[in-house]
Order: sequence, then C-alpha cells, then structure tokens
Amino acid sequence: MFAASTNLQQSLAQLRTIAVPVAGYRVLPFEIESIDSRLSGGGLRTGALHEAAAHSCSLVDDAATTLFLAGIAARESARTGGPVLWASCRNDLYAPGLEQAGLLSANVIYAQPLDDAALLAVIEDAVRDGTPSAVIAEARQVSMVATRRLQLVAADADIPVLLLRRRRGREQDPLGEPSAAWTRWRIASAPSERLSVAGVGRPRWSVELARQRSGTSFSMIVEGCDETGCLAVPAALGHRTAETAGPVRYAAA
Amino acid sequence: MLRPRPVALRLPVDDNPGACSVPRGGGWRPGARWGRTDAPESTDVESQIAALPAHAKPPMRELGRRSEAAVHPYRGAAPADRVRSVEATVTAFHATPLALIGKVGRREEVVAACASAASLGIVVGMAATHARALVSDLDFRPAEPEADAALLDHLALRAVRRWTPIAAATPPDGLWLDLTGCEHLHGGEERFCQRLSAFCQRAGFTARLAVADTPGAAHAVARFGRAALTIVPSGRTVEALGPLPIAALRLNSVALTAGRKFGFETVADLLPVARGPLARRLGLAAIMRLDQALGGVAEPITPRQDAEVPIVERRLLEPICTAEAIERVMGDLLADLAEVLQARGLGARALRLVGLRIDGGEQVVAVGTSRPTREVSHLLRLLKLRIDRIDPGLGIEQFTLVAPHTEPLDAINLGAVLAGETLVRDPARLVDVVAGRIGASAVYRLSPVESHVPERAVIRSDPVDAPGGWPEWVRPVRLFARPEPLARVIALLPDQPPRRFEWRGTTYRIVAGDGPERIHGEWWRRDAEVWAVRDYYRVEDDKGGRYWVFRRGDGFESETGDLSWWMHGVFA
Repeated sequence: MFAASTNLQQSLAQLRTIAVPVAGYRVLPFEIESIDSRLSGGGLRTGALHEAAAHSCSLVDDAATTLFLAGIAARESARTGGPVLWASCRNDLYAPGLEQAGLLSANVIYAQPLDDAALLAVIEDAVRDGTPSAVIAEARQVSMVATRRLQLVAADADIPVLLLRRRRGREQDPLGEPSAAWTRWRIASAPSERLSVAGVGRPRWSVELARQRSGTSFSMIVEGCDETGCLAVPAALGHRTAETAGPVRYAAA
Repeated sequence: MLRPRPVALRLPVDDNPGACSVPRGGGWRPGARWGRTDAPESTDVESQIAALPAHAKPPMRELGRRSEAAVHPYRGAAPADRVRSVEATVTAFHATPLALIGKVGRREEVVAACASAASLGIVVGMAATHARALVSDLDFRPAEPEADAALLDHLALRAVRRWTPIAAATPPDGLWLDLTGCEHLHGGEERFCQRLSAFCQRAGFTARLAVADTPGAAHAVARFGRAALTIVPSGRTVEALGPLPIAALRLNSVALTAGRKFGFETVADLLPVARGPLARRLGLAAIMRLDQALGGVAEPITPRQDAEVPIVERRLLEPICTAEAIERVMGDLLADLAEVLQARGLGARALRLVGLRIDGGEQVVAVGTSRPTREVSHLLRLLKLRIDRIDPGLGIEQFTLVAPHTEPLDAINLGAVLAGETLVRDPARLVDVVAGRIGASAVYRLSPVESHVPERAVIRSDPVDAPGGWPEWVRPVRLFARPEPLARVIALLPDQPPRRFEWRGTTYRIVAGDGPERIHGEWWRRDAEVWAVRDYYRVEDDKGGRYWVFRRGDGFESETGDLSWWMHGVFA
C-alpha cells in the first residue's frame, strides 16, 4: 500500500512535468499582458524567424511595420548588448527616426545588398556568425525554403530574425505565401487619440498576429514605440466625447 | 681669388653699445671712429680673442654688427659635406691598390682589382703570386662571395621596402628593379635614377644604372654601356643593344668562344643572321638570351620577398581540385599563419591566398578584415566565401598564404570572460562577414552631421566605429530622397498645418497637426539658401496616416520661399 502510494506520487509528478507546457526557448516579452498571454511561451521567441508585413500597400503602414520591428530589435539589443544588423536593398531609412524608437545609431549596422538572394545570404551569414543581437531584413521575395533555412539558423544561434515582407504587387498579400516563420504579423497604422489641444497624439497601430506556431491569432490596437522600443496599450477611454452616431444614441435614450 | 676683408670688422672689442657713438669733443669728421688709425686691426682683435680661454670668449653679439649672409639652417651643406667625406674616404681607401683573391679551380687568382691596382697592371684572372710579385705593397684580401651576396640581398630588400615592390638581386653584382607603375612616385625615371645613384654614392658604391624595356637589355646596357646612367627610351632597345659586345647578353663561356670564332663581335652582328644556323652555332640558350634582351621572350623577375611579411606555404602531395580539400588546406595554412602572427604580436588586416595550378597558372584570392585579427575560424569563414572564385583547373599543387597588411595585435585580457561576465560583442567580425559577401562599400553605419536640414543630417560612416546620436526632434522613420510636391493644399497662413492636400493622386483630409518646426537654409552652403525657410508640420489624416510635410517660406517674406507644400517623409 505504502509502496503503491509513493509510486503513484512519483508517476503523478512525472505526468505533471509532461503535461505542463515548457517553453524550452528564450522569449522576449512585449511587457504587455494582453499580448504576452496570447503568445505561446509568453513572448516572442528569440531564436526564431518572425515576419511582419504592412496591412496595405500604403507607405504609412510600411512605416508602422518598420518601426514595430525596430522596437523589437531595440529591446533585444538592450537586453543582450550586441549590434543590430539591418539589411535592406533600399536606403530610405531615416536613422534619427529609428533612434526615437530606441534603436540608437551606435547599435545598428546597415547592409545594402544588391538583390534579395544576396540579402538572404548576408543575413544567414550574420546569424551564423552570432555577433548581432537581432537581424532585420526587408525582402520582397522569400521562398519557403529560404524561410525554413532562416528559421533553422535563428533557432541554432538564438538570434531573432525579423523579416519585413514587402509587397510584390498592389493586391498581393505577402503573408499569403507559405512560410516557416514562428510568428507572422500584419501591421497598420491607426488614428491616434485626439488630444484636447490641436496636435498629434502618440501613434497607434493596429497589430494583427496572423499566424503563430502553437497558438491562436489575434488583433488589437497598441500605441507605438516609445524611446525604449516598448509598445503600450491605449489607456481606458474615460473622457471620450459622446458619440453622435451608432448604438450609443439609443442607449442614452 | 682673394676677397677684400670686410671693413665692418674693425671694431674695438670694448666698445660700449650704450655710449654715444659720436665722441663729444667733436673732431669726428676727419677723425671718425672708422677713420682712426689707432683702431685695432681685425687680425689683432681676432688673435686676442683666440688667445682667450673658450669660456671667456665674447659672444658674437658683442663683437659688433656684421653684414654677412647667414647660412640657412635647414639648407645646410651637410649632405654635400657627407658626400665629400665619403668620397675622401673612398679615395683614401683606394689610394693603396687593393685586390681580392679567391680560389678559382685549384689556383688562387685575382678576382677583383680596384682602379689604382688595375693601373698598376693587376688584371682579373691573374695568379695571386704574380700580382704579389708585380706590386709589393698590394693590399690583398680574400674574396668573400657569401658576404657579397648577403649585401646584395640586403640592398634588394631595401629596394623592396623603399622603391618598388618587385626587386631582385642578380648575383654577383646587380639589382633588378621593376619600375613599371612606380617611377612616378619618385619623380620619373630620370629623377629616380639620380636619387638611386646618390644613394649608392652615399653608401660608398660606384653604381651604373640603366633603364630599359626588358631586364636583359637593362642588364646589358648597365654593364657594357658607355655612360654610368643610361635611360633607353621605350622601343629603342635594338639601337641601344646593337653596339654592345655579345658578352652583354649573359651568354655562357662556350657560346662566347663560339661567337668569337664565328666573328660575332657585337649584338648587331647577331641580329641579321638566320636563327636556325645561329642556334646551331651558339646554342639555343644564346638565342633565348637574345630574345629575352629584345623582349621577344618574357623574363619575369622573381621578386625578393620581404621577410617581414608573414607568409606560410603548403605543397601538396597530389593536386587538389575540390572545394572541401581547398577548405582544408585553407584551415591548415591559417593555423600556420596564426602561429607566425602570434609569435610576432601581429594581426592580419589583409590576406592573400595564392594557389599554384599544375599548368603553371596562379589563382589569387584576397580578403580583408576591418580590425587586425589572427582568429583562425573567423579568417577561415572569410576565405571560404572566396572558394568559388578559385578555378582549380586540373588541380592545384601548392598554396601560399601571405598577410601583406598586418597591424600590431596584443594579447587580449580575458579576465572578464573567465569571471563569467558577458563580453561586449565586437562588431568587426560581423562587418567582415557581411563585407566579404557583398563588398565593403555596402556595409556602413549612419552617423550624425551637424546640420538641421533633414536630408543633410545623416551620413554614411565606417561600420566599425560607433557614431553619436541626433537631437530629439520628432523625425519620420522613412525620409524621401527628394521631397514630393503636394497639390491643392488648403492651409491657413502663416503658421497653421494644412487642412487638406492631394498627394500621388489621393486626397488627404487632415484632422490634427503639430508644428511648425522652422528650419532655415544654410547660407554658408549656397546663395539660394541664404533666406530660404522650411516650415515642417507633422500631420495626421482621418485614416490614421501620419506625414511630415513642409511649406517653403515663412508666409511673410516672399524671398524665404514660394509657399509651395512638399511631402518629405512618413511617420509610423
């Protein structure tokens, strides 16, 4: 009887360790409860490939996507203390703007390859080298095989590879193509909070997690990066002006 | 020629400069100081001064004023003096006849004799005892061919470091310098030759120089030409070589004897002869030498390698042609090179791998690093990127790895690592890896420039050095290379953000705006910017897009701008 109970306790403990989902990898939390709780592992996995694409083909959404990834890289760079490699075939990035998202110019090394094939080779070399704390790449055409390679080297080196997928056409959704990325995000800019004075409030983005491994997708409105690269949740809408259209009018009646 | 002695020297030593120079009592007209007969003669004064002990001699200032041309301190005649002293030593050295004797075959012969010895009848090839009998006070010294060769090699090494990268010693008495592409660094061929002969003179050598198209022609003209310094113009080799004896062609003794027998005195005699019979009479080697001198056959100079450059070499048992084998050899060579570098406390900034193919071709690949390093794994990764540029052909049988550019690299303090603290990651490795893939110019950092004009505030800089930051003005994340014009803008003057505008064919309705941020033109750059003003606004449209627009002009003064509106960037 005694022996059986100890056996039972042992097997129960063993079963519990199996049942509890253990994230065997390092994660980078967003420090936002509503996002971290919905991400498997409690945050972005550091050793993985993450893709983000603009919601539409407008430049504004593209800028929001850029700054979303820059904020992630800035927080990872601040944690591990290494440089960030930014590989892009274009050179319209404005470094003072990135610095305001926490990505100091002293921490970024830019690479400008000629085409996407060279870009993928460069970021794979860089991840294998292990020096950068994060790699951001802007690419237009990335095949499934390339994403799988990137995911494998990123998991090997425990370095986040943040891929900004550009649109190839006006109607083409870059997240429609198959990919081995750990998470896939779709970012759009959203109207900011109207201030009581004439002015532009803190930028807001509509962040949609289109796909993640071992997790569900979601979408929400967040406030953009501050000077450390952290996002925020919009404050409770306490002092909103009364709506003049929609169901509110009926509720008041 | 005798010069008149300067009159101004006749001044008394005890003349007090503070006293009036004109005697009070008058009478200076006929008896002026300079006219007095009792003034001491300069020779007396100088003899008096010379009699004084050294510490009591008056300084030059107290001896009165002189008008003499001062010697320019930096244009001194010191080099001339030195040359003269060297000449003096050389002539004094040569004053006693000198001959070197060495063992040729089984007898002792005179192998070299100086000019004075030659004037006394000592010739090269004479038996040593014969020479001793001819001149009793002849200075005999044993010949030291090894020391000569070492000196020549030293000169060649000096030439490699100072004059040209390709220089070789041609024993027993010559140097080859390849001037191609580097004579302009020394002021042209003629100036280079003058400097070279001046150097040789300073060093105590009698030099004969010749510049020609081919090494063989230069060799011949330098030894058998008339002048000590000859510059053969390009394409005039045949004319220069024609009158020289055939011994100038570096022929062996058999060919020389045969040439003498067949009546070939000068090179010009050889030129019209048909080559077949000539080869049968003088030997193929002689034809080869002739062609080399005339430029028909290539004669590459095997340069003297600077021993200071770290170099390692591997010769393979069998030629290899697969990438894996080449990679293995690279790893071995790098391990060897790392030991050499570590022993000297150096780190490589550039590497050159030379593979010798079995067909004689060379395959050269080179890599560079942004910081000195001798880390094998890192350098191997860089070299591996170049494997696809090596064409092995039928196989490569020898590899040489040179580090042409090295910098001092001391041991690294590993205390922090051993204590378990994290090491700050060195970006130089990352830069090397990326630059090895896409080129060094495509890797950069963006560093600030002290300018408020947005497009001028950023410049590309070296990827290794960490730049500073920018002031915390609100700036967009993407900036257009050139601002794009806005159409149909509705805005209140002078300082309100626009209410609506059209851009790229779309109408934007603005709901909020910040600004203006006024940026003045930089008048010190160009005239058009003297009064120019841009008023920047950060605006948000009703769909949530945030833009950076500006208006040229401040709205009051017309010369500040034409009040046109432009889009310059997008915010996130």
